[in-house]
Amino acid sequence: MAMTYLPHTEADRTAMLRAIGVATPEELFDDVPAALRCPDLDLPPPCSEMELAREMRDLAGRNDIPEPGYCFLGAGAYHHYCPATVDYVLQRGEFYSSYTPYQPEISQGMLQAMFEYQSMICRLTGMEVSNASHYDGATALAEGVLLALNASKRSRTRVIVSPGVHPQYRNVVRTYLSGTDAEIIGDEAPQADIEALTARLDDQTAALVVQYPDFFGQFAPLDGLADTVHAAGALLIVVTDPIALGLFRPPGAYGADIVVAEGQSLGSPPSFGGPHLGVFATRRAHVRNLAGRLVGETVDPEGRRGYVLTLATREQHIRRARATSNICTNAALVALAATVYLATLGKSGLKRVAELCYHNSHYAAARIAELPGLSVNPQAPQRPFFQEFVVALPRPVAEVNRALRDGYGITGGYDLGRDYPHLQHHMLLAVTEMNPRPAIDRLVDGLRHANA
Amino acid sequence: MTEPTVYELSAAGRCGLALPEIAVPKTNLPEALLRRDNGLPELAQRDVVRHFLKLSQHNFGVDSGFYPLGSCTMKYNPKVCEDAARLDGFAASHPLQPPETVQGNLALMFELQESLKEIGGFAGVSLQPAAGAQGELTALLMMRAWHADRGETQRRQVLIPDSAHGTNPASATMAGLDALEIPSDTRGNIDLEALRAACDETVVALMLTNPNTLGLFEEGIEAAIDLVHGCGGLVYGDGANMNALTGIARPGDFGIDLMHYNLHKTFGTPHGGGGPGAGPLGASAALADYLPGPIIARCGEGAADDGTCRPVMPAKSIGRMGTYFGNFGMLVRAYAYIRLHGTEGLRQNAIHAVLNANYLRVQLADRYPVPYDRRNMHEFVCEGRPDGSEVRAIDVSKRLMDYGFHPPTNYFPLIVAEALMIEPTETESRETLDAFADAMRRIADEAIGDPDLLRAAPHTTPVGRLDEVRAAKQLILCDPAAPDTED
Repeated sequence: MAMTYLPHTEADRTAMLRAIGVATPEELFDDVPAALRCPDLDLPPPCSEMELAREMRDLAGRNDIPEPGYCFLGAGAYHHYCPATVDYVLQRGEFYSSYTPYQPEISQGMLQAMFEYQSMICRLTGMEVSNASHYDGATALAEGVLLALNASKRSRTRVIVSPGVHPQYRNVVRTYLSGTDAEIIGDEAPQADIEALTARLDDQTAALVVQYPDFFGQFAPLDGLADTVHAAGALLIVVTDPIALGLFRPPGAYGADIVVAEGQSLGSPPSFGGPHLGVFATRRAHVRNLAGRLVGETVDPEGRRGYVLTLATREQHIRRARATSNICTNAALVALAATVYLATLGKSGLKRVAELCYHNSHYAAARIAELPGLSVNPQAPQRPFFQEFVVALPRPVAEVNRALRDGYGITGGYDLGRDYPHLQHHMLLAVTEMNPRPAIDRLVDGLRHANA
Repeated sequence: MTEPTVYELSAAGRCGLALPEIAVPKTNLPEALLRRDNGLPELAQRDVVRHFLKLSQHNFGVDSGFYPLGSCTMKYNPKVCEDAARLDGFAASHPLQPPETVQGNLALMFELQESLKEIGGFAGVSLQPAAGAQGELTALLMMRAWHADRGETQRRQVLIPDSAHGTNPASATMAGLDALEIPSDTRGNIDLEALRAACDETVVALMLTNPNTLGLFEEGIEAAIDLVHGCGGLVYGDGANMNALTGIARPGDFGIDLMHYNLHKTFGTPHGGGGPGAGPLGASAALADYLPGPIIARCGEGAADDGTCRPVMPAKSIGRMGTYFGNFGMLVRAYAYIRLHGTEGLRQNAIHAVLNANYLRVQLADRYPVPYDRRNMHEFVCEGRPDGSEVRAIDVSKRLMDYGFHPPTNYFPLIVAEALMIEPTETESRETLDAFADAMRRIADEAIGDPDLLRAAPHTTPVGRLDEVRAAKQLILCDPAAPDTED
């Protein structure tokens, strides 16, 4: 049987078996207990590439995806414009079919790209050190919390987490800590503000975690927060949005010790939630406790500049049980997408994207606020927001979303009642540069009729 | 040959992308919250493309040539799988859309779960873990919870062979457990006597890689599993080397309780320069309720099953290990890969992976000593000191670059001195293996006749051998050309 991905001819097989000194391929598996060898597997029969392409198109076609610009769902995964340069670079087989650059001389391309990624993330977040990625924003946060616990040499076991942090991130941190004696507090009060959270700082607190802008899209004031947290001997961890940082002051400027973010917005599609990109940046003081790969600059014997993976003694393949983390495979290719995205947009481009998100979302919010029976950000009407806002509806969110979909071809917002009991009938809407004015106007129209 | 960085290429006023004008009435910006400079470089689009094209030319992937990096299964990635993951219906779908609008995604995930259950012999599968190491941590947290539910909270030891990947002990520590190393015996198997001595009421689990990192099938696998189960412990399978066994044997049939699959190894999804991968976790019936979720279930049973699917949390789930549904884009590629192969295709992959590795071992064993010289599976480990010369494994590896090959894994497993761990995979031809063996023999000659040639290698790459000590000492982790911002 000719196998597409196996280059062996019958003559090859025969010669190779003879060289090994066995008569049949089956003999190669003599060590496998005979009774359990070669079970019948009930898998679908194989198909040709052409048949597969059709099947995959059919499967993808079973999803109901709105026209570009008509999705207003965010809540941690966003539609942003992805310049054509990004996939052009990602499709280079030299990049995507390589693995972790353990051998630097033959991997300078990926290493330099990761070095540039680290550099741009440092500048964007206002921090001193960035690693070369985690799986996603939530696991980056979990690693940040572990770093804070370890920084206290595990003498502190409590982490205060704002309820304004993405609910799934909080779930993930809890799972990660389930094997330790550390405890998450703060978010059991769904309306706890920063004053309420800082009131709980004590000598058992390893870190305080806030999101900026928070899960509701709002900027709670960060001025002075780092000083308060540091006075208690704890670290300030800030979850942020890298697109917002094109325009807004970065967490580093407010004294954050660790900044994490979901980097999917930087050049990757939502892709049903993954693969995404865990951005992680911190202060130089923590570099030896950092998890994940780090790329550093060095030279070759002729003095030529080059890049290598560095401080590997932190990592599992060297330090084993005493490593800073178990992470090995990361999200390098998604980080490469972010690198190309940031290089393409650059200083003025990212600022413009952030401005478009800001103005489009505020326009949408203002128009929705005029609708009878609806209110925008009722819990914090004066607080600045970026690209997301809360809408209180007179009807259940699911009903309104169904009407938007059926009548207007619009994917509506996230049902906040799923995570916040006090926010039943509250919808979180995301408006980015991808939602043009006609789409926003249609959303307003749809909301008016769906709630009439 | 040095390529400037994006910051060195930057010039004030350039931008690589035209964006729309603001078409809505503007709203005042909160001045106090704004930054003056976001610190990014400024490049024209052509400069961006040339820069990254140049960088790609300074990188080596499976598509460039032979990449026998042991334990990483650097096989060819079918291109149609890349196309599939980029289909708009998948890529543009949002993870929080209502389930009725993403039935294509959910059906694909359900079918992939079913296939992985069948291939590994498990009762349940969660697609959530993003990588193999995360699958390990997930499994340890599940086993901890399972023991706790049985009132056995005194179990804290995780038994790990000395040949294991570093992720195993690191995962044990992250799960709040204690790693205990178990030695290997003279045939490269886990030492059953040492294992027996360690098996008591403190054992959470044994973590076993099979075939192990020497590329050897654990000859005492059934006895080892019996010993651990006999003391009330569980057995975790590190599925990193599952490419040797697809269609040949099912870990669940041996009594393995939990195992992660590396979709980026066994099921042909690309390694991406270090990631993303995916590490779905298979579980026995006793442990399936503890899997992280959501997992995908059919909405109806029997006659009421109309094929629609929904996400559910398993009854005793340890919770989420990441946002949303795991690395969905990698799941699409792996689903496509399994559909292209079917049972017989996967079995032929394993057979040819093992055929290639044994063929290469036989070619090299007379020049590069193989410490556990018995029939191997998908990879083998030899010493990078040809013919007793003074060169080191790293010198052989660097010299291989001059012959156009990616080096094998160096200095792992730790139980072999000067280890070179070689995994050719099934997608390489006999001609390629012969050419590689020929290069290795020539390097062995050079090691005797001109060892400094090896010590100074590589000679043909964009940069020569890089100073890793200096990198760790001076610690330049951010481009000095990136201007400081005052924010």
